[in-house]
Amino acid sequence: MKKTIKLIDLDCGHCADKIQNAVKKIDGVTSVSVNFLGQKMVLEAPDDKFDAVLAEAKALIKKIEPDVTVKA
Amino acid sequence: MTRKQKHLLTRILVAAVLFLAGSLLHLPEYVEMGVFLVCYAVVGWDIVWKAITNILHGQVFDENFLMTIATIGALILGEHSEGVAVMLFYQVGEWFQSYAVSKSRKSIASLMDIRPDYANVEQDGKLVQVDPDEVQIGSVIVVKPGERIPLDGTIIKGSSALDTSALTGESMPREVEPGMEVISGCINQTGILTIQTTKEFGESTVAKILDLVENASDKKGKTENFITRFARYYTPAVVFAALALAVLPPLITGQAFGVWIYRALTFLVISCPCALVISIPLSFFGGIGGASKIGVLVKGSNYLESLAHAEVVVFDKTGTLTKGSFAVSEIHPNGMKEEKLLELAAYAEDYSNHPISLSIKKAYGKKIDNSRISNVQEIAGHGVQAVIDGKSVLAGNAKLMEKEHIKYKPSVSIGTVVYLACDGKYAGCIVIEDEVKEDAPAAIKLLKSSGIRKTVMLTGDADAVGQKVAGRLGLDQAYTELLPADKVDRVEDLLKQKSEKGKLVFVGDGINDAPVLARADIGIAMGGLGSDAAIEAADVVLMTDEPSKIAAVMKIARKTIGIANQNIVFALGVKFLVLVLGALGYANMWAAVFADVGVSVIAILNAIRAMRVKQPNMTA
Repeated sequence: MKKTIKLIDLDCGHCADKIQNAVKKIDGVTSVSVNFLGQKMVLEAPDDKFDAVLAEAKALIKKIEPDVTVKA
Repeated sequence: MTRKQKHLLTRILVAAVLFLAGSLLHLPEYVEMGVFLVCYAVVGWDIVWKAITNILHGQVFDENFLMTIATIGALILGEHSEGVAVMLFYQVGEWFQSYAVSKSRKSIASLMDIRPDYANVEQDGKLVQVDPDEVQIGSVIVVKPGERIPLDGTIIKGSSALDTSALTGESMPREVEPGMEVISGCINQTGILTIQTTKEFGESTVAKILDLVENASDKKGKTENFITRFARYYTPAVVFAALALAVLPPLITGQAFGVWIYRALTFLVISCPCALVISIPLSFFGGIGGASKIGVLVKGSNYLESLAHAEVVVFDKTGTLTKGSFAVSEIHPNGMKEEKLLELAAYAEDYSNHPISLSIKKAYGKKIDNSRISNVQEIAGHGVQAVIDGKSVLAGNAKLMEKEHIKYKPSVSIGTVVYLACDGKYAGCIVIEDEVKEDAPAAIKLLKSSGIRKTVMLTGDADAVGQKVAGRLGLDQAYTELLPADKVDRVEDLLKQKSEKGKLVFVGDGINDAPVLARADIGIAMGGLGSDAAIEAADVVLMTDEPSKIAAVMKIARKTIGIANQNIVFALGVKFLVLVLGALGYANMWAAVFADVGVSVIAILNAIRAMRVKQPNMTA
């Protein structure tokens, strides 16, 4: 399953890079790409694991960039 | 401004007032220190807080940590005003970055503001607004003047002028009437249109274009990737250099630690690679946005980079350099006026819908009085025979003339020739050719003047026709009578001939050229209004089908790359210079703040230039 997730208030270029690298390491992520200018993240993971992966990604983003609001 | 930006701005202003008060008023020392500390807390508390929480999360090397160390270090060393000022300017820079980025996001988004909000569907005799996503194929929708067409479809009722500028960059409105296909994203200007939809929203032109443009920035070019990798090593490297600078020289030379720690702190201030990581993607995004403004869709920064290095441009002929539609190019009467010959031909061909007949009728341009025609007979493979104003008229190819034993003059013109005879006597001939696009000669000229080394044409058409078109347009080379597979072979040969760094561009009209589009370094397709296959197959799509846009988009590509390179050289140059000066003790923290925040601001402003595009000049 592939889903586009909005990252509101993501406004620093290398924070986007940090988020991408961290989310990539979550177990079960097939692919992830954070688009800084589009303020979004395209996350792909197997259907059965997707919700768990998304929850973990949200927690990670909160840690890395507390200012960013994640909207799935 | 977002709420976050407003909030930060308020804090900056309050802190700036406090800072000025602290530095200008001659306060007793401990009061002054108090004012500076309050000022520091107002403007920098969140940075310090983030630094602490990030360390607890195991992330040490981030810019929050660096700024905290640098500023607190300065405060401890007794450099109160500098410590506070660095934090203040850092936040000004952050605010500006956030503001500039959201501003340019908005202006790019408005360039692509083609998403329709609703569709009017008739339900129980009333018009109801529904989400375009919910409209099924074959539904009937109504588009009022001023509204955006939400879905691709065919007009059932009504005629109007459509503003297609959002899709094509073309300012001339397009006239439409019942039976014509319309595509989503256009704005209906004058009349009410009733449209039967032919596609779902997800498959419609507007959704595809939006998807394409939104995802364009995902395909990163070499420059962008370089910057991301670079940023990963740059910050830790500078931090370790700072550490070494603080500790080693005092230990070796026995000088005071204070001086060297101060120099190390200036290092930390410069260590954030923000100027690069924001301005480079922003330049590319701007370039892609600018290109879409003139009706050219570029599918990724990597293609923009390749376009800037184009060396050879290979064209398909029909549909790319020529319109792919026929038009009368020459009229050679024999014993009558040109208009009379054209009239005869138009009347004779009146019943036929063949492209050749249509082009003759179009050239004639007047209404045809059917009562003057009788006894029309089509002679398969030869032409047509009819009685017009009581005279027997023959119109067709050379075979028809020979069959009817008419003495005719074989034409030496290149193209399709229609011979005419009236009452058994040769009346003349009309030559019909595929028209060259109006801007095609200018397109080739523009490419040449912008430094393209070689222009080549590939066509399946007859040699005489191909060479004539190539000669007229001033192309360097033309290969004719090619089968689709031959085209790939020719492109392979040309790929071998070009230089190492130069790129080969192939321009085709999409569907039949797909293999070649894929083989070339960059495939440019004539998107036409709504041609799906073309939009998908190519790397770059020309929405207006005008070849002159190729030179225009190359210019944008070069400008974008230029801006990106300027930013890299400028940002790294200044930072490196200040690092060296800082290590030697010539640059203080003020210089470091400029190297970080100042450079970011300048680089962002420079990046925004990539978005500004002038409408291309067709007259070359």
